[in-house]
Amino acid sequence: MTRYILRRLIAMPFLVLGIVTLAFLLTSVTKGDPLTAIVSDRQLNNPEVVAAAKAKWGLDRSLPERYAIYVGNLLTGDMGTSFITRRPVAQDVLYRLPATMELVIAAMAVGATIGISLGVLAAYFRNTVIDHVARLFALFGSSIPVFWLGLALLYVFSVQWGVLPGPGRLDARATPPPMVTGFMTIDTLLAGDFRLFLDAVWHLILPAFVLGWAVAGTISRLVRANMLEVLSREFILTARAKGAGEFRVVIRHALRNTMVPTLTVIGYSFAYLLTGAVLTETIFSWPGMGSYAVDAARGLDFPAIIGVTIVGGVVFLVTNLLTDIAYVVANPRVRLG
Amino acid sequence: MNAHPPLFEVRDLRVAFGRNGVFAEAVRGISLHVDHGEVLGIVGESGSGKSVGMLAALGLQPEGARVSGSVRFKGRELVGLPRRALRELRGSRIAMIFQDPLSSLNPVMTVGDQIAEAVRLHNPDLSRRAALDRAKDLLALVAIPQPDRRLQQYPHEFSGGMRQRVMIAMAVANDPDLLIADEPTTALDVTVQAQIMEVLAELQARLKLGLVLITHDLGVLAGHADRVAVVYAGQVVEQAGVDDLFARPGHPYTRGLIASIPDMTAQSERLFSIDGTPPALGRLPAGCPFNPRCVAAQDICRREAPPLHRKGDHAAACHFAFSATESAA
Ligand SMILES: Nc1ncnc2c1ncn2[C@@H]1O[C@H](COP(=O)(O)OP(=O)(O)O)[C@@H](O)[C@H]1O
Ligand code: SF4
Ligand SMILES: [Mg+2]
Repeated sequence: MTRYILRRLIAMPFLVLGIVTLAFLLTSVTKGDPLTAIVSDRQLNNPEVVAAAKAKWGLDRSLPERYAIYVGNLLTGDMGTSFITRRPVAQDVLYRLPATMELVIAAMAVGATIGISLGVLAAYFRNTVIDHVARLFALFGSSIPVFWLGLALLYVFSVQWGVLPGPGRLDARATPPPMVTGFMTIDTLLAGDFRLFLDAVWHLILPAFVLGWAVAGTISRLVRANMLEVLSREFILTARAKGAGEFRVVIRHALRNTMVPTLTVIGYSFAYLLTGAVLTETIFSWPGMGSYAVDAARGLDFPAIIGVTIVGGVVFLVTNLLTDIAYVVANPRVRLG
Repeated sequence: MNAHPPLFEVRDLRVAFGRNGVFAEAVRGISLHVDHGEVLGIVGESGSGKSVGMLAALGLQPEGARVSGSVRFKGRELVGLPRRALRELRGSRIAMIFQDPLSSLNPVMTVGDQIAEAVRLHNPDLSRRAALDRAKDLLALVAIPQPDRRLQQYPHEFSGGMRQRVMIAMAVANDPDLLIADEPTTALDVTVQAQIMEVLAELQARLKLGLVLITHDLGVLAGHADRVAVVYAGQVVEQAGVDDLFARPGHPYTRGLIASIPDMTAQSERLFSIDGTPPALGRLPAGCPFNPRCVAAQDICRREAPPLHRKGDHAAACHFAFSATESAA
């Protein structure tokens, strides 16, 4: 097992380099003059800015040299300056990535919890009302567009009923805690403000549900199918013959045997959640990578676009690696074989 | 009836499966009993209802199956018993092992955890540590070497024979009174079949287990059973002491099964097998269920189902049950 994980770890830097190279080629190919990808249109006739950019990114050098300089700048955490925010892209990303991660992780937790529970119930009570309701839930999740769902739920729960808060990560009147991790739920706790923590959780519920619904649907169908297969296996009979109760049979024996494919699908759903976060963040005014990417794309903010590409790619790689490790750890046959 | 009820007594057990609202019986009124410390062999071709019958007796029938009749354990009726009460008996007083030990063990739990679970389900106050200690002793009891190390391994790290030993260890974890072994050697290599039978026989004697030994191979029962029930198409067609059965089989089906026992001494000879196949579920012939395959069938066999003829402890459901053997003797 350790050898497999080691191999994957060794491969990581090369994969990251691949993404970086792609991003670099993007900067040099998108427009005829790579300068336009580094300096905003408004600044192009400012000779000082142009000269500084040329020097820093080695624009009058050859392509390989430029590549080396580009990678070197990246290694020091320099991804250029955003045309829109006028701040270093790295700084923007550092601020926005945790917001997205918090949302995506919450959505994943919602999706996994609801999906697994529904899948287990649907399998155990197959062809009953419970099964049919679970099927409908999954169908809605995969067919209702995220932006429509987000707006509809916001309207009903926030505007009409007022049981859940509107957009944003915190109440507009609240003072945010000092940023430590960037996770609002953690930072509020670190600041010792429990009420603010509850407010953060409160604000997280609706966007996490909107984003996680489709994932919950997918997981529930997969878990149902796997549970049906496992429940018909002989060791389930053995467990019952031992005197195990139904809850134990279903959770400890059956569900545990479906964990490998379930973990895998949860892990790979990350990519879906990252893309889904773009729309969710826009609807819920969530200051994350998604809304950043939308703004960057609208404003042709190349440094930001490239920064988002690199960071998104790396996050994607890391989660896939974690998924594969989880797969190995959860599967004794692979682990020991 | 004597004052002591038998350990395990099944009367007129019926199990029916429905398809499109039409129910057909896979088990059609089986009656049998097992005394304390006794070994009852149940033999019959595959599909005759042996597994379904014994599972239903413990309330483990497949979903949707309809069960009727009476099953008494130490005089207590099990059919219709609340699930909870049945659960308390299963794995503690009545244990069961199955045909394929690989699929019968949970692939993602260590062998130690699975045995310890069986212990703790019926001794909830026992610590995990103590249960694992007990599991280790049980592995030693079924002669698995290095039980300490084996405890932490998964089923796929065991050989077929070793897995069936694990199943046996798990079954006797709570010192049961009755063990139902459903074709315990069928899925194993011929070479380890005898070893597993030996382990079973030794434990049966040591723990004074009542044992129901299910098999499709009558040869397995020769040295191991006290009495034998022969099952055909969901019914017991013959029941007798093992020596009596082999010496004076009363039913042509039993005679066919005896003739089909592989003979270790005559290697080259073609194996005898009864012509034809058992009737499919719900497709019984009129008269005697065995008549389409029976070499001794007469007109009456196609008209009337034979009653159970008795001669002492020997019973056989054939119109000519004891006349044929008597005239031959
Ligand atoms: N879940 C089920 N649904 C319908 N029929 C079944 C089911 N399980 C078993 N049967 C039928 O019951 C009969 C007896 O099966 P079984 O008890 O497994 O036979 P044996 O153990 O003697 O080989 C077979 O004809 C089989 O088709
Ligand atoms: S009753 Fe007739 S058909 Fe049935 S076993 Fe006896 S001889 Fe054969
Ligand atoms: Mg069977």
